[in-house]
Amino acid sequence: MSAAMTAVPEAPAIAPVSPRRPLAMVAIAVFLGGLFTWLAPAGQVTTFIFNLGQQFFEIPDWSVNSRTAAAAFALIAVLAALAAWPLHMRRRSVLWPSAIMGAALIMSFLSWVASDESLPVTGLLQGSLLLAVPLVFGAMAGVLCERSGVININIEGQLLAGAFMGAVIGSLTVNVYLGLLAAPLAGALIGVLLATFATRYFVDQVVVGVVLNVLVIGLTGFLYSRFLSEDPDRWNNPPRLPNITIPVLSEIPVVGPVMFEQNLIVYLMYVTVILVQLGLFSTRWGLRVRAVGEHPDAAASVGIRVNSVRFRTVVLGAAVAGLGGAFFTLGSVGAFGREMTAGNGFIALAAVIFGRWTPLGSLGAALLFGFAYNLQNVLSIIGSPIPSQFLLMAPYLVTLIAVVGLVGKVRAPAADGIPFRKSA
Amino acid sequence: MSEERSENPTPILDSRTRDTLHPPAEPPPGTSAEIRRSVLGMNLLVSFLSVVLALVIGGVLIVISSPEVLSAAFYFFDRPADTFSAIWQTLSSAYSALFQGAIVNLSALSEGDLARAFYPMSESITIASPLIVAGLAVAIPFRAGLFNIGAQGQMTFAAIGGGYVGFALALPAGLHLAASVIMAMVFGAVWAGIAGFLKARTGAHEVITTIMLNYIALYLLSWVLNQDWFQREGRNDPISPILPDTSVFPNLFGLSLRVHAGFLVALVAVGVMWWILNRTTLGFRINTVGANASAARTAGMNVGRTWIVAMLLGGAMAGLAVTMNVNGTDKVVTAGVVGAIGFDAITVALLGRASPFGVLWAGLLFGALRAGGLTMQAQTGTPIDIVLVLQALIVLFIAAPALVRAVFRIRGGSSEAMSLAKGWNG
Repeated sequence: MSAAMTAVPEAPAIAPVSPRRPLAMVAIAVFLGGLFTWLAPAGQVTTFIFNLGQQFFEIPDWSVNSRTAAAAFALIAVLAALAAWPLHMRRRSVLWPSAIMGAALIMSFLSWVASDESLPVTGLLQGSLLLAVPLVFGAMAGVLCERSGVININIEGQLLAGAFMGAVIGSLTVNVYLGLLAAPLAGALIGVLLATFATRYFVDQVVVGVVLNVLVIGLTGFLYSRFLSEDPDRWNNPPRLPNITIPVLSEIPVVGPVMFEQNLIVYLMYVTVILVQLGLFSTRWGLRVRAVGEHPDAAASVGIRVNSVRFRTVVLGAAVAGLGGAFFTLGSVGAFGREMTAGNGFIALAAVIFGRWTPLGSLGAALLFGFAYNLQNVLSIIGSPIPSQFLLMAPYLVTLIAVVGLVGKVRAPAADGIPFRKSA
Repeated sequence: MSEERSENPTPILDSRTRDTLHPPAEPPPGTSAEIRRSVLGMNLLVSFLSVVLALVIGGVLIVISSPEVLSAAFYFFDRPADTFSAIWQTLSSAYSALFQGAIVNLSALSEGDLARAFYPMSESITIASPLIVAGLAVAIPFRAGLFNIGAQGQMTFAAIGGGYVGFALALPAGLHLAASVIMAMVFGAVWAGIAGFLKARTGAHEVITTIMLNYIALYLLSWVLNQDWFQREGRNDPISPILPDTSVFPNLFGLSLRVHAGFLVALVAVGVMWWILNRTTLGFRINTVGANASAARTAGMNVGRTWIVAMLLGGAMAGLAVTMNVNGTDKVVTAGVVGAIGFDAITVALLGRASPFGVLWAGLLFGALRAGGLTMQAQTGTPIDIVLVLQALIVLFIAAPALVRAVFRIRGGSSEAMSLAKGWNG
């Protein structure tokens, strides 16, 4: 309750810390952990399998009594939530306790749903990473645009444009790498439209984003009907990216097959995340981008051309999303399909907000979504007591709870969504 | 490209055309009413030119992707006339089919077959009815500064409640329909209310919560459709029983035209929402909170409660919108009963600038475009997706009047770009 903390000049009275958030965490941990423990059958065994392919050494399969495991992980979750309490009251970050709590709850859940079954953990994670790839690219695009002060509701359209162009150019040239080059260009083209309307005509950015999504869905659908479905061999038969196994690294158990036996786009994803993180927070360019997103007037007063910085950042972000779109075609199924991005752009947007507009936070959120998607796939294969619709619903339900209960009121870049007009 | 004007797909725009082609003499600058009228005239001109520009670009797209034109262009330098005739043939047949599929079938009209002649108009209105009401579902939260992407989910959830009352209960005609519609509105309001409540209490952004609620509703409906108490007896596919006559909107002009009484309900909804927004304290509160939430809070308004009420109203409209299909056109609940209406509604609300009557015209325009697009696809093989392109371009141009003015070299008028939604921190 001691309000005499580090006194910030602009904020004369610091409100006392409300214990609502750790309280919510404990309540969630107790409720869900208790539920999974109660549901887990006591007499059955859950087996977790870690091996996939050849690694340095084998981790033995791990078989436990379902209820005992569910209870143990539930306990860990509750302890993690309790650990968050004093941290929160002292205004420290509760990221780690939250992460541990989430992971423990997931393990508790798995102990229940996979009772009497074998759960391939490594395979689950491998697929999760794959499904997260477009989300991560989309989230990086969102972080870039929004850090510069332009709301990007248009991620979906940029992904779709990238997927389409990647497939078409890949097919026409019969060269997967040219397709991979065309995808970010297509994304950037949509980005030019977004940036032009947002920074030149000062149109409401949410409006432009929504409308450009419709435009891209319409255009790709139109061209799909006119060309791709008429002559699929010529227009819609791109080669697919081969898997590249990185020597040595791929031999590490669990981590190897998950991270280092993937195709080129996945490796580009690692590079992109690192570049965005370093670029935004360790370079002059990044400082400028963040400046025009937080306080454009101040940035303009020191000679930064706000709208041109925004323009370039939006186009760059859109190119990143376009590259991610190529994953749908060149990186996985090959052929383009109507509206094949299926809302991934919006989930990426949720990941941006969930990750509080930071590259690493968004990466974490995107990976979490990928995990939830793939968990549903895996559970539907091994069979689970839950109807598939509720498993499909789970990632969205979790996001809803997380955004409401754990993330709370997040703060976007201060000038996000506000057009910058030079005052005379 | 002067054909576009005569082939304008709605009567609404024809009246706009009259105003804009023969504008009233420029009033001398003076009273505010006169200034407002000239700005309004300018807005109408920009709206009309936006449609023209969209049709021109759509036309270019149709032409350059047409197989006939492409094959004629192959030997362009030998016989250029072939290319031009192919262009003209493609364009005129496509837009003529679009017009005739949206408004009136001219050949049937000349034969005096009225039912067949006005079938296109009936289709346009049938498709427009849910679009108009769903447009209101997006427009009302817009007025309170909230971006409701969740009309889709609200409609989906409402289909469960409204549909169940519609097929499972046995009530007298009229009462049954009312009960089903009211239940749908309640369900829609609840689903939207969740997002409003979360926004008001925790600050969770409505864009994220409504997107999540969309997916949750989608899978809820999919689950419900596989339950014994919802699935049609003897069917394995996800489909509900057929709604009895007691709970469906009666057809307005007999069985040969699909347009039903739901359209009248949609018109009433537009009127009621206009009244609420412009003539009540609640409407004043919604508009004030939307214009400036901090100022509204300073003035003593309960911003959070206003957000919740705006979402509840919007959700109720989304619920009403889905009854146009459940109790009207389809008479059954399926996984596809909502289609993409909840998402199209966003463009409708944007085009209508979040005003109820604007939404009415926008919904009619989009309904006509879709009905015409279906005919165009059937008759000329031009993919219906071109309609999405046209819709997007129209809204884009209307949102950026400065661009349209630059293209047509018009001076004057307000170049204020459309601003409806708020940033994340708003």
